[in-house]
Amino acid sequence: MTSAAVTATGKPGTRVHPRRLGNIIFGGAAWTFGIWVLILLAAVMIALVMGAVPAFQEFGPSYIWTEAWNPGKDIYGAMAPLYGTLVTAFIAMIIGVPFSLGIAMFLTELCPTYLKRPISTAVELLAAVPSIIYGMWGLFVLVPLMQLYIEPAIISTLGNIPLIGVLFGGPAYGIGLMTAGVILSAMVLPYMVSIMRDVFETVPPQLRESAYGLGATTWEVVRSVVLPYSRVGVVGAFMLALGRALGETMAVTFVVGNSYHIKASLLAPGTTISASLASEFAEADGLQLGALLANGFLLFVLTFSVIGVARLMLLRLQRKYG
Amino acid sequence: MSSTVVRTLRQASLSALAVLAIAGSAQAVDITGAGATFPNPVYQKWAEAYKAKTGTALNYQSVGSGAGIKQIEAGTVDFGATDKALDADELKKNDLVQFPAVIGGIVPIVNLPGIGSGELKLDGATLGAIFLGTITKWDDPAIAKINQGVKLPSTPITVVHRADGSGTTYNFTYYLSAVNADWQAKVGSNTAVDWPAGVGGKGNEGVSALVQQTAGSVGYVEIAYALQNKLTYTKMMNADGAFVEPKLEGFQAAASHADWASVPNYRLVLANQPGKDSWPITAATFILVHGKQTDAAKAKAVLGFFDWSLNNGQAMAKDLLYVPLPDSLVKMIEKTWTDDVKADGKPVWP
Repeated sequence: MTSAAVTATGKPGTRVHPRRLGNIIFGGAAWTFGIWVLILLAAVMIALVMGAVPAFQEFGPSYIWTEAWNPGKDIYGAMAPLYGTLVTAFIAMIIGVPFSLGIAMFLTELCPTYLKRPISTAVELLAAVPSIIYGMWGLFVLVPLMQLYIEPAIISTLGNIPLIGVLFGGPAYGIGLMTAGVILSAMVLPYMVSIMRDVFETVPPQLRESAYGLGATTWEVVRSVVLPYSRVGVVGAFMLALGRALGETMAVTFVVGNSYHIKASLLAPGTTISASLASEFAEADGLQLGALLANGFLLFVLTFSVIGVARLMLLRLQRKYG
Repeated sequence: MSSTVVRTLRQASLSALAVLAIAGSAQAVDITGAGATFPNPVYQKWAEAYKAKTGTALNYQSVGSGAGIKQIEAGTVDFGATDKALDADELKKNDLVQFPAVIGGIVPIVNLPGIGSGELKLDGATLGAIFLGTITKWDDPAIAKINQGVKLPSTPITVVHRADGSGTTYNFTYYLSAVNADWQAKVGSNTAVDWPAGVGGKGNEGVSALVQQTAGSVGYVEIAYALQNKLTYTKMMNADGAFVEPKLEGFQAAASHADWASVPNYRLVLANQPGKDSWPITAATFILVHGKQTDAAKAKAVLGFFDWSLNNGQAMAKDLLYVPLPDSLVKMIEKTWTDDVKADGKPVWP
């Protein structure tokens, strides 16, 4: 080690071999680590597929759209957790997207310098909060608020609208898909904000300044200059956040209700794939374990396709706008 | 490489060996167990006292009955603990010996503003209907009928159950199946069931937290959790038609009817026992050890811990509202050890 250090600091000559050896070791190690990622991914895939086989053998492809979860009688179906996963992630995005767009725009376009740092730091700190803390905060603070104030308000207003009213039907439990979605939106917010802020800042100042110079308002600059320029990055931020919302576990487990029944109302308790894995994995065996692993496989496929679709969209956008 | 590096490496490996040696020698006395959360408080208490007395430490992980069974089958712990007794086939398949350790009670808990512990009365029919989701409001006539004089709110009922597999759930659903034909037909009993209604919390803690947070909720936990968290428990109607409070005497009364010699492998469920004082949702919890032991000294250490606890830990168990096993049963259990737990074909106990 010492000899390698000496030669590296510029005293070449007699000790060439250790140097070359170092390079070989470095190259080999880097290759190994690189290939290791591929092996790891393949190993996870293989383990999930193999674990999922018993459930699919037993129930066939209809396993995916069957709503059943009965460990006593060993009958399982993935529909309820699949539905809950998609709905909570969807609610999170509906709330999170406008919020994060607004925060990122405020930070880059409107925010006075003395506020910029505190807000940016606060956003980054939000990302650093462990998800179990979000879960406990959700259960002890958000759930009572939702049960006593927010959900009754939703039920008495949105719940009365024809057609979509069933989505907001009572009773107000406080625990359910809606609360899980709200927690998730807070959790994915910092990711979207920090990526979008960085992306917005890549807009060349000349473009922005010339638009202002032509008399454009802030809103016009954002809509016609910043957003078109950073479109790809913004979509990427949404997709990354969606991927995280689909897989988030601990916080959701606390507030989603862990119920395997699909109800029309978004306020009703439900479950997600990762929440069901967190709750039941330790105790499961036999077919139940197979069903849980099958759900894990479905989640894997789901997040994989989200990333895939995101890539495709980004490629298209790039081709279209150069 | 320079000699200093080699020297450092050698020193490091030597000290690592020394650490391993220390760990190894400590391992020889310490015993490990894993399983049921329901008896966890009393096992921890016993372990503490036993360590102070003998120096032998017990590391008990309260990971749930199912996980406990899996770990003892895999041989990663010295004993497993489960609330759901295994049947003869399951025991034989994995070469396990089963014996009860302690008896406890499960209580329904409610969160109803203005109603205190023991003020609300429930019976098997109403509790079953609530958990089936057929009774949805607290002022339902069926609840009002057995609670005359109690002011019941017209709020919706939120059922809270375990989201994870659990021996507590097994004993609770076993009770509901015994007293409610509807429940028996639609849901049945197991460590996890297809819950027709309500929300799920993880562990006794999760259920306690959800009930505390949700007005109008009802759940079920082991009695110690209800008392520690100051939750509102209910009275229950027992097999004799009397409404009883979840008290140690009630668990004792239920346990006194158990005829342990009548069933193989101590596989006895204590739900809905007769007697006017009996608490209806009483349950025993069990220990699993391997019948063929590879390490006689280790096996003896495990049995030694339970021997000491069963014979000296009664007061500690009672403090935590568990019913200790009667002396006659302890004698029976120790005979089972002598008969069934062997190393190299020789009994390890006594």
